[in-house]
Amino acid sequence: MITIDNLWKSFGSQEVLRGVSLEVKKGEFVALVGMSGSGKSLLLKHLVRLTEPDRGRVLVENSDLALISRHELQSLRSRIGYLFQNGALFDSMTVYENVAFPLREKTRLPAAVIRQKAMAQLELVGLKNATDKYPAQISGGMAKRAALARTLVQEPEVILFDEPTTGLDPIVSKSMLQLFDRIHKQLNLTGIIVTHEITGVFKIVEKVAMLYQGKIIANESPAQMQNSSDPVIRQFLTGDTEGPIQYR
Amino acid sequence: MTNGISNFGRLGIEKLSRLGHAGVFSIRAVFCSFTPPLKFSLAIKQIWFIGWKSMGVVCLTGLFTGMVLALQGHPTLRKVGSEAFLGPLVALSLIRELGPVLSALMVTGRAGSAITAEIGIMRNNEQIDAMELMGINPLRYLAVPNLIGFLVAMPLLSAIFDVIALFGGYLVAVRLLGMNAGTYIGEMQSYVEMRDIWGGLYKSMSFGFLIAMVSCYKGFHSRFGAAGISTATTQAVVNASVLILVWDYVMTSFVF
Repeated sequence: MITIDNLWKSFGSQEVLRGVSLEVKKGEFVALVGMSGSGKSLLLKHLVRLTEPDRGRVLVENSDLALISRHELQSLRSRIGYLFQNGALFDSMTVYENVAFPLREKTRLPAAVIRQKAMAQLELVGLKNATDKYPAQISGGMAKRAALARTLVQEPEVILFDEPTTGLDPIVSKSMLQLFDRIHKQLNLTGIIVTHEITGVFKIVEKVAMLYQGKIIANESPAQMQNSSDPVIRQFLTGDTEGPIQYR
Repeated sequence: MTNGISNFGRLGIEKLSRLGHAGVFSIRAVFCSFTPPLKFSLAIKQIWFIGWKSMGVVCLTGLFTGMVLALQGHPTLRKVGSEAFLGPLVALSLIRELGPVLSALMVTGRAGSAITAEIGIMRNNEQIDAMELMGINPLRYLAVPNLIGFLVAMPLLSAIFDVIALFGGYLVAVRLLGMNAGTYIGEMQSYVEMRDIWGGLYKSMSFGFLIAMVSCYKGFHSRFGAAGISTATTQAVVNASVLILVWDYVMTSFVF
């Protein structure tokens, strides 16, 4: 479904991605983990061509993102949902308007159908009672759930989650992960989740890929990852300050 | 020495490249303005925001510009015995130059800066990226309504500026300096032609285009963080103001 092939990206003299290769199969839910600033979010942005690589290829269903036309890119993007780190809700619109926005703009559905679809997603994420609130009036967790509803209303086949649990308390964070798991199983979505919530995410994904020093150093099941003898992976999972990872 | 030349060359290429980017951005925005789907409700909202909400500052500036023009012009014309021409002096200065230019500068400071900041915050919060990923052209949604807003509002604001300023000039010339009202208005009517009025309106419309494009371009390309938005806003106001003055000279050479 998604193939990342030898991807390189640098900013000035700083090489962030140094030959990343990763494959995600249809229906698979993959966690992308790594140190802060290792380029996880940057890698995710390459998958929807929000950023272009210096070298390497990204293929989504065998279409090379660098070679397809603007029109083809738009059609591909409409099948991919992207959950931004801060939700990226439009602050001039209410929660309901945010969720209904893509349907209003991209489809010719009657207003009643749009309302029905948007409300169904808001109910799914537990925001049925916050429809008239503006993003500034709701908590971070609610904003992320509203953003998820806006993503789901477009009925994507793939969802990319960019640190969806960052800044949330442990209970809300766990409930968000459970929600992602439920949605993934119900809708058979392909997903990539960038997160630091190791414990929780290991319970819901099929594979974990670890990005370290610009490369994917592991791409295996959560159980394999937890039993790994690689000192870098071990230090990352245990959070030890002593070890091969230079975190300063 | 060679380093200096190379740095100068690099700077020149960078500036030219940015200019090219801005040009492509403007062409795309204009293209989107003429192709459906058009966002009429957003355009009307922007006409209200740019036009109606700038009325206060434009009226106030216009009133005092007209007043000071009459106050300065009267003693100068009296020295050469031509006080009767105060009306045409005030009217032509306002309609041809000061009305379009000053109202454009005021609107740049009030509405242009606000638009840059708003779009810049949307860029920072990834709202523009989110829009792109939904398959919605952000230019169509953010730049086009502002472009239409400025194109419609600027000539109207300039015309209002002129009327208020002429009234300000009348107050000083007739009420304060004791000039004959008939002379002030009559001479004005004899010297001001329709082409002066149309020229002023064309000018203000072209200024509207410049403000819209500079404000939106700077917002779309603002750097991250509070400092990035503040820099983009400052650059938008400064660049648009300088462009207005340069373009004013070009327009004056061709229109009048």
